[in-house]
Amino acid sequence: MSLELEFADGRDVFATEDMVLNMGPQHPSTHGVLRFIIRADGEVMRSAKADVGYLHRSIEKIAEKVGWHGFMPYTDRVDYVAAMTTNQAWAMAAEVLGGVTVPRRGEYCRVIAAELGRICSHLLAAGAMGMDIGAITPFTHAVRERELINDLLEELCGARLTFNYMRIGGVAWDLPPGFGAKVLRFLDHFEPYVDELDDLLSGNKIYIERLANVAVVSRERAIAYNLVGPNLRASGVKYDIRKHLPYSVYPEFDFEVPIGEGRHGSVGDCWDRYIVRLHEMRQSARILRQAIDGLPEGPVIAKVPRNYKPAAGEVHVHVETPRGDQSWYVVADGTEYPYRVHIRTGSFAAMAMIEELSRGLMIADLVALIASFDIVAPEVDR
Amino acid sequence: MRAYLDAIAAGYPTVSPALVYLIGMLAFGALVVFVFILPVAGITSWVERRVWARIQSRIGPNRVGPGGFLQWLADGLKNLLKEDVIPAAVDVPLFRIAPYVVVAGFVAAFVALPFAGSLIIADLNIGILYISAITSLVVIGILMAGWSSNNKWSMLGGIRSATQIICYEIPVGLSIFPVVLLSGTLSMQGIISAQGWAPTSWHMFHSPFLFVSFLLFFVGALAEGNRTPFDLPEADSELVAGFATEYSGMRSLLFFLAEWGNLYVIGVLVSTLFMGGWQVPHFTDNGVVLAVAQFATMFVKAYFWVFVAMWVRATLPRVRVDQFMTLCWKYMVPIGLVNVVGTATMMVVLPQGSIVLRWIMVAMTAAILVQFARRVFFHLRRANYGRLGRISEGAA
Amino acid sequence: MNTAAIQQFLHERFGAAVGPVESARLFDYVEVDPSAVEEVALVLRDHPDLAFDCLNNLSGCDRPTRGRIQITYELFSYVHRHAFVMKVGARRDRPEVRTVERVWPAANWLEREIYDLLGVIFLGHSDLRRLLLPDDWVGYPLRKDYVEAPEYHGISTVRESALKLSERR
Repeated sequence: MSLELEFADGRDVFATEDMVLNMGPQHPSTHGVLRFIIRADGEVMRSAKADVGYLHRSIEKIAEKVGWHGFMPYTDRVDYVAAMTTNQAWAMAAEVLGGVTVPRRGEYCRVIAAELGRICSHLLAAGAMGMDIGAITPFTHAVRERELINDLLEELCGARLTFNYMRIGGVAWDLPPGFGAKVLRFLDHFEPYVDELDDLLSGNKIYIERLANVAVVSRERAIAYNLVGPNLRASGVKYDIRKHLPYSVYPEFDFEVPIGEGRHGSVGDCWDRYIVRLHEMRQSARILRQAIDGLPEGPVIAKVPRNYKPAAGEVHVHVETPRGDQSWYVVADGTEYPYRVHIRTGSFAAMAMIEELSRGLMIADLVALIASFDIVAPEVDR
Repeated sequence: MRAYLDAIAAGYPTVSPALVYLIGMLAFGALVVFVFILPVAGITSWVERRVWARIQSRIGPNRVGPGGFLQWLADGLKNLLKEDVIPAAVDVPLFRIAPYVVVAGFVAAFVALPFAGSLIIADLNIGILYISAITSLVVIGILMAGWSSNNKWSMLGGIRSATQIICYEIPVGLSIFPVVLLSGTLSMQGIISAQGWAPTSWHMFHSPFLFVSFLLFFVGALAEGNRTPFDLPEADSELVAGFATEYSGMRSLLFFLAEWGNLYVIGVLVSTLFMGGWQVPHFTDNGVVLAVAQFATMFVKAYFWVFVAMWVRATLPRVRVDQFMTLCWKYMVPIGLVNVVGTATMMVVLPQGSIVLRWIMVAMTAAILVQFARRVFFHLRRANYGRLGRISEGAA
Repeated sequence: MNTAAIQQFLHERFGAAVGPVESARLFDYVEVDPSAVEEVALVLRDHPDLAFDCLNNLSGCDRPTRGRIQITYELFSYVHRHAFVMKVGARRDRPEVRTVERVWPAANWLEREIYDLLGVIFLGHSDLRRLLLPDDWVGYPLRKDYVEAPEYHGISTVRESALKLSERR
């Protein structure tokens, strides 16, 4: 006697179907407007296809219409979590094309602003990482510290998020009086705080269990997918634009490039990506101290014509933003408008990799993966 | 309780005693629900938010009433007045009933919960069994909510909750066994009477097995109550809001009411089973004073564990589903089984227990607590909590 | 290796498919024939002296005056820490280029982006769909002759100038 294990129409009784889940565009852990189409077998994902574009504001097209100076405020919106470095990238691209030299004090102001912005962004990343894993306390603590930086930057340029601080040829305003002392005071407070955050989060058993050996990116895959910045360094590649393709006055500063060591699992897992960011905050603090110590006197902005018309030509500019090497391809045609601007951002590369990494992860791991890549949705879509 | 009702029934010979019982029980139940359960659940929500805020260096609700104490009333009122949105595609009857099932499951537990020596609605002879059975009703409600919402995130939440509660029922049950063995009864009052007011006479310190049982029970109870680090069913960063995603207004609040109220149930159970419940030294013959003292003792003990649960929630991240199952089946269940066998063996070898062992256990626990407090103060000293204020104000 | 050496090496292998070293004022580049791009890319990646394991950036630029859509491949080698820029000119009337997705997986999304915004078709691409714009969008916005449709699903895309609005008030 054989058991009938089929329905009348011939389907296997025990056959199961994958569930298609729609994560986003509005979802608590997608950090903006991202959408994943998840094909899952229970809690285990078969694949997570990313669907981006919800935050596409055609910034590259806008660049072709608003002119060289006019595009600066738009660069804030490319990556609003760390607007300073995007500002800097655009300014650098325009300067290289137009052959403008930035005064040394201007470069120092840029470095100070950019490193403050980097700490700001990494604090948000580390805090949000904890929150996505379910620990809410580190997030509020991190945001509390971030608030202090926002105060500082507000004093510097009047804005707390979209700074529009840099200009082609330098920066818009010199540091306000006493700013260096305030930054040092903040750093005295902040450096122990990073250790505190480390105490609070990094060693937590559940935190390690959730992140170690999850979504491991090998060195080869990281390079092939063009991961950049902390995500790349977590996979063990010691490559930092500030160090290895230096720009601005970074060669004058002494700092280290932290890489992932796989302390709790394999090199390149989510925990490594988190700890690299934590270490980078310490290095940024180091750079800040040196920059304030060595701040030269002089003008902060070079003489740049209001009607800026760089000669025809093309340039690739690489800037180390908190989310890694931001690669700008700018074409000038000798008019007062850029001919073409293309921005390849860190989050873009990371997003492209999620589909490959998501196979076989659990849904909860996808949340950890997005957080560990520190994906900022507007940066993907521009 | 029954004695009071008998007396009342005797005063009204024309009315059938069954009717008196029915009305009396309903009245008493309503009294307990409105005078005790709702305020406790509500106030717990306020306490939780304030405790969280302190831990997270925020302020928390502080506008309604002194220190925001009346926030829970305002929230309740607001949610009562809110529109009860029922999405078009849900299974309406199930969707409507689900919150009530959840609340019923948790309120029914209060029937056998002791408040003081003479204050208990019904001292059932199967008390603890009844409670662990009836609180499982919650899972049916959550599963109903998850399924009827017609939302995949809700369904995942509901199913997670069902697995979670069903799995953790086992280690929780296993950790109750040793207590039952020791007390020789399932009745809640009986279990408390088997202990004394002094820590050395608590079940928790009877032997290492009982102490481990206590830990198992607390962890398991957190898991059954869907509390962090086991709040997988409503994991807000993964499942939006889990089974409660589609709910709004009062229905949504009812789920949370059950959650906060459940915290108190957990506290009462821990203190009943392991910490001597309402036991106080017999310092007066005045029954009322004694009852008040007992009630206060019970409440403080229970609320201590509520506080610990809040503390844990603000501190720990959330485990993943597979880790959660591993913890249950590979660690807690075997340890629970060892505990049952160990306790039984102890009772054969040392039928009266060992007062020396009890003292050693108490001393060790005290040492652990002292060490823990030292660690906390060490970190507090190290913590960089000097307030910087707005840096821009104090120009250096 | 510098651009000239790489160009010489490639030229020996691929002949006319690899053009001479040209200058974009701030960097030098090499023009490669659209049909040969995949083979050239494979050599660039796999030859031990070149070892360009990373496609750092892939940008398109519409050049109506030349009748081309120029695609710029910015390559980087983490092994030798050298960079190389390769350009491919796709014909504007029939913009077709071999995909390099199988050489550098990073190209998958970058090529989709170029397809989306400039309308270059990457032959052999596994998943050539629009990336940033909606699937039913008409036209390729970064082309210089792009004219936005007056409405999209009943939503007007025409906005009056803010300056004019303030004048009216």
